Amino acid sequence: MTWSAAARGAHQPDNTAFTQQRLPAWQPLLSAGITLPLFFCAGLAFLGLGLGLYYSSNAIQELEHDYTGDADAGSCAACAAQGQGRAPPPPCSCSWHFTLSELFPGPVYLYYELTGFYQNNRRYGVSRDDAQLSGLVSALRHPANECAPYQFSAAGLPVAPCGAVANSLFNDTFSLWHQRQSGGPYVEVPLDRAAIAWWTDYHIKFRNPPLVNGSLALAFRGTAPPPNWRRPVYELSPDPNNTGFVNQDFVVWMRTAALPTFRKLYARIRQGNYSAGLPSGAYRVDIAYNYPVRAFGGHKLLVFSNISWMGGKNPFLGIAYLVVGSLCIVVGFVMLAVYIRYQDQDDDENDDE
Amino acid sequence: MIDTPTSPITSGLPLFFVITVTAIKQGYEDWLRHNSDNEVNGAPVYVVRSGGLVKTRSKNIRVGDIVRIAKDEIFPADLVLLSSDRLDGSCHVTTASLDGETNLKTHVAVPETAVLQTVANLDSLIAVIECQQPEADLYRFMGRMIITHQMEEIVRPLGPESLLLRGARLKNTKEIFGVAVYTGMETKMALNYKSKSQKRSAVEKSMNTFLIIYLIILISEAIISTILKYTWQAEEKWDEPWYNQKTEHQRNSSKILKFISDFLAFLVLYNFIIPISLYVTVEMQKFLGSFFIGWDLDLYHEESDQKAQVNTSDLNEELGQVDYVFTDKTGTLTENEMQFRECSINGIKYQEINGRLVPEGPTPDSSEGNLSYLSGLSHLSNLAHLTSSSSFRTSPENENELLKGHDLFFKAVSLCHTVQISNVQSDGIGDGPWQSSLASSQLEYYASSPDEKALVEAAARIGIVFIGNSEEIMEIKILGKLERYRLLHVLEFDSDRRRMSVIVQACSGEKLLFAKGAESSILPKCIGGEIEKTRVHVDEFALKGLRTLCIAYRQFTPKEYEEVDRRLFEARTALQQREEKLAEAFQFIEKDLILLGATAVEDRLQDKVRETIEALRMAGIKVWVLTGDKYETAVSVSLSCGHFHRTMNILELIHQKSDSECAEQLRQLARRIKEDHVIQHGLVVDGTSLSLALREHEKLFMEVCRTCSAVLCCRMAPLQKAKVIRLIKISPEKPITLAVGDGANDVSMIQEAHVGIGIMGKEGRQAARNSDYAIARFKFLSKLLFVHGHFYYIRIATLVQYFFYKNVCFITPQFLYQFYCLFSQQTLYDSMYLTLYNICFTSLPVLIYSLLEQHVDPHVLQNKPTLYRDISKNRLLSIKTFLYWTILGFSHAFIFFFGSYFLMGKDESLLGNGQMFGNWTFGTLVFTVMVITVTVKMALETHFWTWINHLVTWGSIIFYFIFSLFYSGILWPFLSSQNMYFVFIQLLSSGSAWFAIILMVVTCLFLDVVKKVFDRHLHPTNTEKAQMYSNTVAFSDEFIALQPLSRARDHLSRLSLLKQMQVSSAWTPCAASQEKQQARLLEECWSEP
Repeated sequence: MTWSAAARGAHQPDNTAFTQQRLPAWQPLLSAGITLPLFFCAGLAFLGLGLGLYYSSNAIQELEHDYTGDADAGSCAACAAQGQGRAPPPPCSCSWHFTLSELFPGPVYLYYELTGFYQNNRRYGVSRDDAQLSGLVSALRHPANECAPYQFSAAGLPVAPCGAVANSLFNDTFSLWHQRQSGGPYVEVPLDRAAIAWWTDYHIKFRNPPLVNGSLALAFRGTAPPPNWRRPVYELSPDPNNTGFVNQDFVVWMRTAALPTFRKLYARIRQGNYSAGLPSGAYRVDIAYNYPVRAFGGHKLLVFSNISWMGGKNPFLGIAYLVVGSLCIVVGFVMLAVYIRYQDQDDDENDDE
Repeated sequence: MIDTPTSPITSGLPLFFVITVTAIKQGYEDWLRHNSDNEVNGAPVYVVRSGGLVKTRSKNIRVGDIVRIAKDEIFPADLVLLSSDRLDGSCHVTTASLDGETNLKTHVAVPETAVLQTVANLDSLIAVIECQQPEADLYRFMGRMIITHQMEEIVRPLGPESLLLRGARLKNTKEIFGVAVYTGMETKMALNYKSKSQKRSAVEKSMNTFLIIYLIILISEAIISTILKYTWQAEEKWDEPWYNQKTEHQRNSSKILKFISDFLAFLVLYNFIIPISLYVTVEMQKFLGSFFIGWDLDLYHEESDQKAQVNTSDLNEELGQVDYVFTDKTGTLTENEMQFRECSINGIKYQEINGRLVPEGPTPDSSEGNLSYLSGLSHLSNLAHLTSSSSFRTSPENENELLKGHDLFFKAVSLCHTVQISNVQSDGIGDGPWQSSLASSQLEYYASSPDEKALVEAAARIGIVFIGNSEEIMEIKILGKLERYRLLHVLEFDSDRRRMSVIVQACSGEKLLFAKGAESSILPKCIGGEIEKTRVHVDEFALKGLRTLCIAYRQFTPKEYEEVDRRLFEARTALQQREEKLAEAFQFIEKDLILLGATAVEDRLQDKVRETIEALRMAGIKVWVLTGDKYETAVSVSLSCGHFHRTMNILELIHQKSDSECAEQLRQLARRIKEDHVIQHGLVVDGTSLSLALREHEKLFMEVCRTCSAVLCCRMAPLQKAKVIRLIKISPEKPITLAVGDGANDVSMIQEAHVGIGIMGKEGRQAARNSDYAIARFKFLSKLLFVHGHFYYIRIATLVQYFFYKNVCFITPQFLYQFYCLFSQQTLYDSMYLTLYNICFTSLPVLIYSLLEQHVDPHVLQNKPTLYRDISKNRLLSIKTFLYWTILGFSHAFIFFFGSYFLMGKDESLLGNGQMFGNWTFGTLVFTVMVITVTVKMALETHFWTWINHLVTWGSIIFYFIFSLFYSGILWPFLSSQNMYFVFIQLLSSGSAWFAIILMVVTCLFLDVVKKVFDRHLHPTNTEKAQMYSNTVAFSDEFIALQPLSRARDHLSRLSLLKQMQVSSAWTPCAASQEKQQARLLEECWSEP
């Protein structure tokens, strides 16, 4: 066990800064003298930042509407009642009317929000096959075991896309109508459904299986759609560039949310007359009410929001900065008082010595 | 099968890593061992087989083989010497590699085999060796050889003197033949290889306690999660909503099984709270950190070219925890460099001045002037002290007379010893402890005991020169006249008898026994001589701190000698209980002695012993001196080395004969201490009283001892020393003990104490070999404890606490997340992060911290021993600080998690393009904040920022970012899930996330900084005060500028004053003069105001 010294024999150790533990070093001390200015500076900086963040969050407008239809008398209540206890619930449509008294500045984003929906449940979250979604043919035929019970259909065909996440794809659809003058006709507001998913997810991570004879439908032959789906995956959208696994709605859904209350981007409103926002007037949202949430006590909401550089309306950050900043300053003052007081005492002690 | 939330690799990889690192370290050591094994096993040796000399490998030697060894070769096995190239069958060996004793040892063969000097002769030898079972004691061997010689059986005893130990080296002898008796693992050397002390440090013990607490936390978290999971899942809408159906198999599995598997799954999920990498980091830290001791120039002793030696790295931090120091006296406090000073011959006291004996005492022949003249000259003639014997002859007549009167005394001195002579012959040796640079007429004495050497040298100076011993003849020259004595027997020294004797036959045929030993072992055996006067003189010598030996002789009648011879022979050949029988025989022989006189030898105090002991005391360490010496000598050395002060009230517990008396005395002492608690008390105990006190009145005795600031135990047997330490160790406060010693008699105490320090002194290296740390001088103890010990303790304490902290930070968010995911065991972080957190992202800063941290300047630590009290009693690892760190970890974890949670709010978009994050982004946000916070927290703990610290601290954070960018930037073909794809980049593209990261990091550290600053200013520890001062001085110019004006002015004036002042020299040798300067300034800074 004499690995350090004895092995090399008794010789004079090297006189280097490292062996003598004399490396040049900066030796800061957390004394009040240094931390006080730091506290005040940081406190002021945080207050400033907090104010900025708070106002920039406050400038963001948000309009949300719960269309689950269990309590209010909205037109969706009928759909909710109709779908109660039936699986799958029958197609139903309802609408939500609202009026904007002034311009809702754009660009406006349309989100749907679900509550009480645990996309972060482990059993749910792992129930997917990324290999299949990347267009791997072998995975298409043999979905991963994690997908069970949505791995093979009752007929024994592999499910594509397999798994609970895909099976529970949100399938309400919305269209927005604007009445420019009261009593006038409703004009459909164009909803930009492109680029609602991460660019990398849409373009790289998700891939359709190679086309067979130029047809996506043939590529998916021999697979079954998830049991809850009304259409096979290759018919998700009539747009050939937005169908199959590479469908914006599908890709958005497949990025599972962190918490049981979550929003997903549905569309942007930035085209035509609406690039500056939603002008004042009456609006109607037509909802294809398909998605059952009342079974698990969840809610469905529609959210119009505009976005700043920091994202949606989120006062937390600004408030938190303000709180921490003012704490810094308060503690700074307390520390200063203590410092001055004990400084004197310290000096007295020194004098006594 | 249990459905694990993380893949086995995720948890397995860190474990694998830990095991790999440990395996590499162990493997490296093994490889070294293997190499040296191969070297030893493959060494060529010559063995006598079937009438010839056969070359073979040393691993092929079997018991009973006759092996030939040439000069300077190492013995490959334990051999019984059969013959050498000398007629008397003797050979010289050195056992330096075994016990470090550099003197030549003579081994002799049995006369019957000594004549068999050729292979052919040896081949005809028929003999049987009987010997004891293999045993580790290097100095014990018992056996006998039955030689069948011309149909007649001759039985010869074998002792250690005929056993050549494996590992020893043949010297001065051309070749020898020996028969292997123990080979391989049965050799004494191999038996001594036993893995040394399995000492555990206090830090390790508290580490284990903490681990158990964390295990409890882990299990309770898992239980809570499991229970909550099932209360939650009672409702079907949570357990199995339509979007998340179970498989048939999951539905049908038994409830209990599911419960158990869920519990286990939670254990797997939370297992990271147990810092597995802690052990490997601690081990690395200790292994690498211990190099600094060996490297330290301040622990390097130039004269002997010895640096400090670390035999175990497990106890580094224990050096910072010492409560009691037990030190040996001779060779530890003193130089163990004996100088003959005085003697008492036939009741007359003499003093040696310039190689001449001058009588002193009541009838001084020499006048005062003469004496002072001589002493004035002494420094001039010092060089001539050890010149050749010719100069002795110039002594005047009165010395001749002196010799005539007392020749028996000096003969005894020059005959009764085991000194070796290195007469520089033609076949002299170039290596070894002696150098042949001296003139050929010069005699050099080598002895295992420095006392003997000093005595023989002194006798030579007086005029009786010991010339040598060969073939049982001892030659001495008395004033040029040669006299021969036949050496009949040597009754070796042992520590029980505390004496040795020789039996010699003079030319006239008379047989004499000369005995030499401690006064307590000689005087009772004397029946004649000036016993009383000598006793008085011996006490006087002892008062001066001299080491005394008494010399006596006995003349045998032929009849008596026969009896003696027979008894000795019987005892020496006995196979059973030889030692007891020998002791009995010695007892019989060494009696009816006639006292000749006593000698007094001075043993100089080592350098800086007084300062070191004073410093130890200031550090709150109790110093006990344990010595085998006489009461008077011990007390006087104690006084001169500052162990006892003049102002101390010295209590005595000596010469106790009975239990009751001892108890009474103890009670009285306790009362005296209670009455007088103002002044310090010192206690002197002697061996016999101690054993009485310990037998019945342990409690009382310990109480007295604990209230005394200095304790001196004299007349201690080696095992008693160890026993005292054990008693202190198990006393209720469980103090940490440290033992310092240099000799073989200190080994037991060194091994008993928590930390054993060996002094690499003159009495061989046995203590150094058995110690945990070996240093060259006692004074190095102060640097070893106050600087290295303090540093190691701070380093490891922070390391341990930090490890627990960072794992709490790591896993608590995971636990909290379960409340938001229906306790479904969803991991918050990606599995790669789970794996690499402890291995890569947070491992290096703490390791580097634990190697380089210096919270206070080393010179300050050394010059201000009171700082040592700040870390005593394992203070930094108390439950209180542990709780602080754990709660800090929890609160940080809450801040990470809920900060991120509230940031998500109702899941508003955090991106400028309105897109949404998912659960992995959430986890990555928490993880990022955590890595930064935990690293910066380490930075807050660091006081000593070298470039390496900067590199690893900022490097770790940068590495995390680069790694994450890379990891999330690619679709990894071998991973089954691509959860992390572009998550990190998306996170960083969010402005809110950046603001949140900054906010959370600052908030976490805010609490900590506030606490630190308030602690520092409201109730600073001495260490913190020292930090303030050292910083002010070390960075005087920049830092004064930052201080409030009043203070700055104060300091400036103080410093400028200092510069003009003549400062006393700091007693530490500092490597750099500039630092020395600083240290001095510091010292002044404290003492001045």
